[in-house]
Amino acid sequence: MLSNIFSLSFLVSLLAGTIRLATPILIPALGQIYTQRAGILNLSVEGTMLMGAISGFTVACATGSLWLGLLTGIVVGMLFSLIMAWLSITVRANQVIAGIGLNILGAGFAAYLYRVIFGIRSLPAQIDSFQQINIPVLSDLPIIGQIFIQHNILVYLAFLLVPLTWFVIEKTTFGLKIKAVGEHPKAADSKGISVYRIRYSAVLIGGAYAGMGGAFMTIAYMNSFTESVIGGRGYISVAVVIFARFLPSRAMWGALLFGLASALQLRLQALGAAIPSQLLLMLPYLATIAALIFASKKAEFPSAYTLPYSRLER
Amino acid sequence: MENMAVKMQGITKAFNGVKANDHVDFYLEKGSIHGLLGENGAGKTTLMNILYGLYQQDEGTIMINGKIEDISSPVKAISLGIGMVHQHFMLARPLTVVENVMLGRKSRRGILLDTKQTAQELAAVSDKYKMGVDPYSKIWQLSVGEQQRVEILTAIYMGAQTLILDEPTAVLTPQETELFFDTLREMREDGKSIILITHKLEEIVEIVDEVTVLRDGKMIGTKKMDPSVTKGELTNMMVGRDVLFNFPEITKQPGEVKLSFRNICVRNDKGLPALKDFSLDIRESEVVGLAGVDGNGQKELCEVLTGLRKADSGEMTLGGEPVINKEPIFFINKKVSYIPEDRHTTGLALDWSLKRNLIFKSIGKAPYSRNGLMQSKCINAYWEKAKDEYQIKAICGDEKARSLSGGNQQKIILAREIDVEPEVLIADQPTRGLDVGAAEYVRNKIIEARNNSAAVLVVSADLEEILQISDRIAVIYDGELMGILPRGADTYEIGELMMGKREEVAVSGK
Repeated sequence: MLSNIFSLSFLVSLLAGTIRLATPILIPALGQIYTQRAGILNLSVEGTMLMGAISGFTVACATGSLWLGLLTGIVVGMLFSLIMAWLSITVRANQVIAGIGLNILGAGFAAYLYRVIFGIRSLPAQIDSFQQINIPVLSDLPIIGQIFIQHNILVYLAFLLVPLTWFVIEKTTFGLKIKAVGEHPKAADSKGISVYRIRYSAVLIGGAYAGMGGAFMTIAYMNSFTESVIGGRGYISVAVVIFARFLPSRAMWGALLFGLASALQLRLQALGAAIPSQLLLMLPYLATIAALIFASKKAEFPSAYTLPYSRLER
Repeated sequence: MENMAVKMQGITKAFNGVKANDHVDFYLEKGSIHGLLGENGAGKTTLMNILYGLYQQDEGTIMINGKIEDISSPVKAISLGIGMVHQHFMLARPLTVVENVMLGRKSRRGILLDTKQTAQELAAVSDKYKMGVDPYSKIWQLSVGEQQRVEILTAIYMGAQTLILDEPTAVLTPQETELFFDTLREMREDGKSIILITHKLEEIVEIVDEVTVLRDGKMIGTKKMDPSVTKGELTNMMVGRDVLFNFPEITKQPGEVKLSFRNICVRNDKGLPALKDFSLDIRESEVVGLAGVDGNGQKELCEVLTGLRKADSGEMTLGGEPVINKEPIFFINKKVSYIPEDRHTTGLALDWSLKRNLIFKSIGKAPYSRNGLMQSKCINAYWEKAKDEYQIKAICGDEKARSLSGGNQQKIILAREIDVEPEVLIADQPTRGLDVGAAEYVRNKIIEARNNSAAVLVVSADLEEILQISDRIAVIYDGELMGILPRGADTYEIGELMMGKREEVAVSGK
């Protein structure tokens, strides 16, 4: 057993699995960096991902186009998060309550849609998912090739989003405006920035990323939809953002940590480790929560975090 | 008409049916400094927020440079050459100066930030007016005075010809204020027009060309300032009656040392040292005024004295008994009363009823509670008594604390803290944000407590107040005690200490 764990092939497959399993955390987490930096805590990422998962899967099934499925996931994610934006920004509802409510709505609605569209069947509907890329020579490189160059295209896209997100937040006017409305919305308002518009866009971007993360689960990671396909990844990604102190690079490490714990857990189960599987299943979540506890104390939240803005309030 | 930078006519603005501005007329001549005088809640800030496009007036017209304009947003105001420096700075603290500036203008690089270019231009303007602002420092690293300069610099950089300044000197030391007035004069020379919102008469007399007085949302009048205009006249316009600066006589001389602390060291919320070896004695029947610019450790000191914050080291005795780092309930039982700096977050539960706020410290104690049940009869009786005695203007005791004006909110706290006949009273900024009448009332009550043998520490950024009511004046700077001065000390000397200039004072022999 121990010799199995420390073998090279085990390590290689563990690290490859880490990257693959980190992806569906990383994508929504990057989106939530926009949202949370703008001062909105969107807890409905889980429900948004489920909506992205079912819609992406359905369209991919119907059209046979995975890319169209992905696009649908993104659009539906944005539409779903529009409700969150409306509740938290326009209605000025409590963000925690709104988020929890939307999660329940998203989970129920996704399951309902699946049954309406696909009916009840003994075997789940399946599609041909995104396949791993195959670059001659590179993909065949020992170790490096196996760990890094045998994933599907969306994994690379996700990791490309890390520097892109950093660039947008730190180097563009849009990023500066996002930080401003999260930090001091009144100041932003007095400088002619529409707090509502920036916050809406920040929530919608978060929704797009969450929808993409959800679609990733059904059309790239797996090839079918189940009601538990997201399995708490939405919540974890919200937590990762805080753990990452709202920085894209740190979010990537947070996602990788979760990915590592998940990959390890899967492999230990496969090896038949003498630990109850229920405990093993907890591992990724425990690891993430532990990391959060250590890291979040130092997190400096945007000053207007979870606070709705109204110009008239004095 | 030609020389009017701003002309506002018949401006009316209501919030929830309450008129904050009621047919107010206001004008500003080009190249002049115009004071806007009034008590808190008189509608000064509302009027200026309308001019700056943050609010839209319900009625009335605004003319800028002789043309009627519809100022629908701050962007419009800025494009008309109007800039505003708010009382609470409109700066995002984690961002740099130049980032804050770039928020308000279009980048010349499209969607990318033009940080370098903006920073260079900003530095140039800063040099021109000798402001000494580094475009790359983060806002939280700057002192309050520096932040204010950043705000003014930003407005000028954005092309402001008319500058609205909302209570700009409230946060400055006397020396900083003088420097600030020099800048204002220089800007006037440059042909800029300035509106100075204030409730300080001294400033009006010192620097203003013309003054408009508001009271209860209505315009009382506009006056050209010349030596014939007296402070009394202005006060009368502002308050609507003569304010009597009468204090209860001092009936008792200070007695034994009541509260004493030695070498207190404590950290602030960020874990940085807030107090460094701070020592002070407060005697019975004595008011010690603690002067200092905000954020130099005053809040932390008050929290240590009431058990809300643990000191890292040091000693503290209350009536000879060691009491350092005891729990808040210990201090409450020892009749240590506390008027906190921020009545909205620490002083009151805003969404609680007035009655409940009044007995906040006595919940679960007889006679307000018996066998775990609230005794509403007893509480109601106490409320009625406190309401009369402290002249609290409220509809009923079940009203939420939030709905009261600042002055009446403070009276609730006073009633709660002073009615127990405290042995020690810690008052942190007790009159901040209150109008003249309410402030006088609060100071009176503090003197009364002193005459009832309480040892009183009053923390205030308002030197006038410190000078008015203190038996001794202690000055704090950067967590250190800079010195203790007797009653009637020189303002300038206190100001020097407030800025941390201990040696110079010592050398000059003052």
